[in-house]
Amino acid sequence: MAVGAVESALHMPPRSRQRLLEDERWLAMVLLLPTAVLLGLFIAYPFVNGIWLSVTNTRVGVPGDFVGLANFTKIWNDSIFRTAVWNTCWYTFVTTIFKLSLGLWLAMLLNRHFKGKAMVRAFILLPFIIPTVLSTFAWKWMFDPTFSVLNWMLFQLGLITGRVNWLGDSDLAMTSVIIVNIWRGVPFYAITLLAGLQTISPELQEAAAIDGARPWQRFWYIIWPLLLPVTMVVTLFSVIQTFADFQLVYVLTGGGPANATHLFATYAYQLGVGTGLLSEGAAISLAMFPILFLVVIVQLLYIRRVEVR
Amino acid sequence: MGQVVLKDINKFYDSVHAVKDFNLQIRDKEFVVFVGPSGCGKTTTLRMIAGLEAISSGDISIDGQVVNELAPMDRDIAMVFQNYALYPHMSVYDNMAFGLKMRKFARPEIAKRVKEAADILGIGELLKRKPRQLSGGQRQRVALGRAIVRHPRVFLFDEPLSNLDAKLRVQMRVELKKLHLRLGTTAVYVTHDQVEAMTLGDRVVVMKDGLVQQVGEPLELYNQPANKFVAGFIGSPAMNFAAVTMTDGNGRLTAKNSGLEIEVPGGLADRLRGHVGRQLTLGIRPEDLHVARDADPAGLTFPSKIEVVEQLGSEILLDVRVGDDTMVAAVDPTVRAKVAETLRLAINPERLHFFDAKTEAAI
Amino acid sequence: MIEGAKWRRWVYFYIPMVLFLLVLLFPFYWMVITTVRPDGELYRPWNAPNYAPFWTWNPTFDHIRLLFEETLFATWLLNTMLIALASTLISLVCGVFAGYALARLKFPYAGSLGTGIFITYLVPQTLLFIPLADIIRNFRLGDTPWALILTYPTFLIPFCTWLMMGYFKAIPKELEECARIDGASRWKAMIYIILPVAVPGILSAGIFAFTLSWNEFIYALVFMSSSEEKTVPVGVVSELVRGDVFYWGPLMAGALLGSIPVAIAYAFFVEHYVSGLTGSVKG
Repeated sequence: MAVGAVESALHMPPRSRQRLLEDERWLAMVLLLPTAVLLGLFIAYPFVNGIWLSVTNTRVGVPGDFVGLANFTKIWNDSIFRTAVWNTCWYTFVTTIFKLSLGLWLAMLLNRHFKGKAMVRAFILLPFIIPTVLSTFAWKWMFDPTFSVLNWMLFQLGLITGRVNWLGDSDLAMTSVIIVNIWRGVPFYAITLLAGLQTISPELQEAAAIDGARPWQRFWYIIWPLLLPVTMVVTLFSVIQTFADFQLVYVLTGGGPANATHLFATYAYQLGVGTGLLSEGAAISLAMFPILFLVVIVQLLYIRRVEVR
Repeated sequence: MGQVVLKDINKFYDSVHAVKDFNLQIRDKEFVVFVGPSGCGKTTTLRMIAGLEAISSGDISIDGQVVNELAPMDRDIAMVFQNYALYPHMSVYDNMAFGLKMRKFARPEIAKRVKEAADILGIGELLKRKPRQLSGGQRQRVALGRAIVRHPRVFLFDEPLSNLDAKLRVQMRVELKKLHLRLGTTAVYVTHDQVEAMTLGDRVVVMKDGLVQQVGEPLELYNQPANKFVAGFIGSPAMNFAAVTMTDGNGRLTAKNSGLEIEVPGGLADRLRGHVGRQLTLGIRPEDLHVARDADPAGLTFPSKIEVVEQLGSEILLDVRVGDDTMVAAVDPTVRAKVAETLRLAINPERLHFFDAKTEAAI
Repeated sequence: MIEGAKWRRWVYFYIPMVLFLLVLLFPFYWMVITTVRPDGELYRPWNAPNYAPFWTWNPTFDHIRLLFEETLFATWLLNTMLIALASTLISLVCGVFAGYALARLKFPYAGSLGTGIFITYLVPQTLLFIPLADIIRNFRLGDTPWALILTYPTFLIPFCTWLMMGYFKAIPKELEECARIDGASRWKAMIYIILPVAVPGILSAGIFAFTLSWNEFIYALVFMSSSEEKTVPVGVVSELVRGDVFYWGPLMAGALLGSIPVAIAYAFFVEHYVSGLTGSVKG
């Protein structure tokens, strides 16, 4: 081709190696090699290893024998595990709904023009940028039963009379964790939804306004449908992260009080790393997979359908 | 039924005075065109009529009712946008039905109106398609259809033909004119294209820098431009301008500069006598220049040097040099002219224009 | 659109906006105040009469000093920084290469490889950490920075690849073709022509990867055991709590100072971060 001709016209060094890299397939292989190695070694391999672990009875330092699905039956009969499953589903469901609605509201607020918009946008993302563990500690301090500034504020506003044991009360603890997750996630939703909103031409809203649509109708008939693709993608990412969440619960409650706030990840940690029951820990971790997989498939299908539309 | 009155309308964007003292009375069934270069305030004024921009001062009334505070949806108007603004996720049918749906029309009534509009515009087969499957011209019609089904009191058009290719534009212009004759609804149309303005408008409003330059019927603007801007804006190719000094030679008023010496004809001379010794701007349209014949009086001709010859088939455009100025003459296709030749041109005396050198107003 | 009466703007915009900002930023304010508040003021019950939460008149640096003198906080900062930079670098290189290959080159299984990389992004760390701990131990990487430098890219690369794919796709093919006609090899064309144009994308991916790796916790928690090797999140969680007693002053100081490097990096690259965030969602 032209390039070959040019190459032979110009006198070029190691021709054979150059020619090899010219071939799209070789170049692609070279470029993808490091990625393939890293991902293969540290994702694919552990995944398979994890499956192996979960069907044996390995303990730390003690190699195990094949036990089939015994681990899975064991955890299924474990009431703490069942609580963790319920908690994780509830946690993901509630936080996603709130993050989506609050995030959308914030995005619509940010979609106007006002002074200092860029700075506000930058500050809004802070909860999402700052390492989760560190900001969660601030919340833990804010929730402390004796020294809680939240209690003080609610008391001053006349909304409570006694103290609120945010993290120590088994009924309230899950709610507190949910609050912190929502706090952390709203900026992520807001900023990505804002980008989506900005792709909707203002002329469409003007046309709808002239057509007689009130603000709520404009939102429902015009904005929401056009925003759906972005919404689905953002929700997909968020659901996966939230479902597999570890840091928040670990810092705030460690899974307590009395195992009331355990999620898949924290319980797996407690069993696998805490008490060394590697196989059972692995089983719990893997139990996440079917549900995650289902959620991902459903959302991907939905996204594909929405985008083709 | 569709009378629109704009009284002392002003619009400020921070300190920028975008629209200045706009006054206009639009009669029912009239097709009014706002025309002018970019940034002249025509679209801003249109959007104020629509209710999409707030009015800084002044009143807009539709059928006697002041609508300043009314939301766009309550003004009973319909608008066609430059970029069509079709709802991309809805079918053509749903796009056209949307406004009626918002106003809670019954389904059968909606179906009837949509079919009616679709038939008028010839888009009956496209009703199930989505906007992205349509060509520019088809989208344009859907946008029109969406406006028609509402049976509004006033149609507003914001440069609707700008995004179409030249041939389609000419076609759509004719269709729009036919549509207006058929529907009889008052229309306010914004464009930067003076051809559209001349062919579509019952009356044309020429604007520049937020100020109305002239309001009138197309021919009035063509024959009696109120100032140099309107004279140069309307008509293509544009009017030729030359700076001249008025002198009195032997009782005859003459307009003179380095390239020409024109004897001002009788009627015009009476009006201009007071300007002897002053500098004025002379204006003559290319189509009012012809190759000088023996019958032409010498006082109405001048020499010119041909620089470019543009053959259009129906006429020839000669770009000529007259003294220090360049002019364009639109002459008969039978004229034989060559570059660098000298040619004597004659003026049609009834079509001379003079403008004040400072105020640019017509005299 | 026409803005309604002025009161509407206040109710529908200013007030909600201020509320959002207050709620989102209050915990950080709380972190700062606690860091400089002396112990005496700090440990006052909330229903005590002299509880004055929002300000202190006696700021102190004691907590910060304690943090640096009695813990290995400085070491943790260095560790985290080193690990974050190294894994970001690795991920960027892999991501740029992979992104280019997937966006520009034609080769068999391109589609499935792309999907494969996408799938790995959906496998969360909390699913893999137990078997991975085993593997790390077998490779004898436990308790060294390498354990993290090599494993962090697993969740950074998919994202970087994706982002870079989007950027590469947006660069017109003609640029490369022109370069190759001018005599550059594919490789050279990629390095000298494409990469410079894709710099905004690289910055976006870089800052995003940096903040993500600073934020990682469970791998660091499980793979690192000795104090000298810990990262900031792990160190703060494990070593500023003695038994059941939380030393809130130094804890908040640690939280604050641990957040600052990320915040600074973010502040320099906000626009890039935002376009990285939104680019990944759109792509």
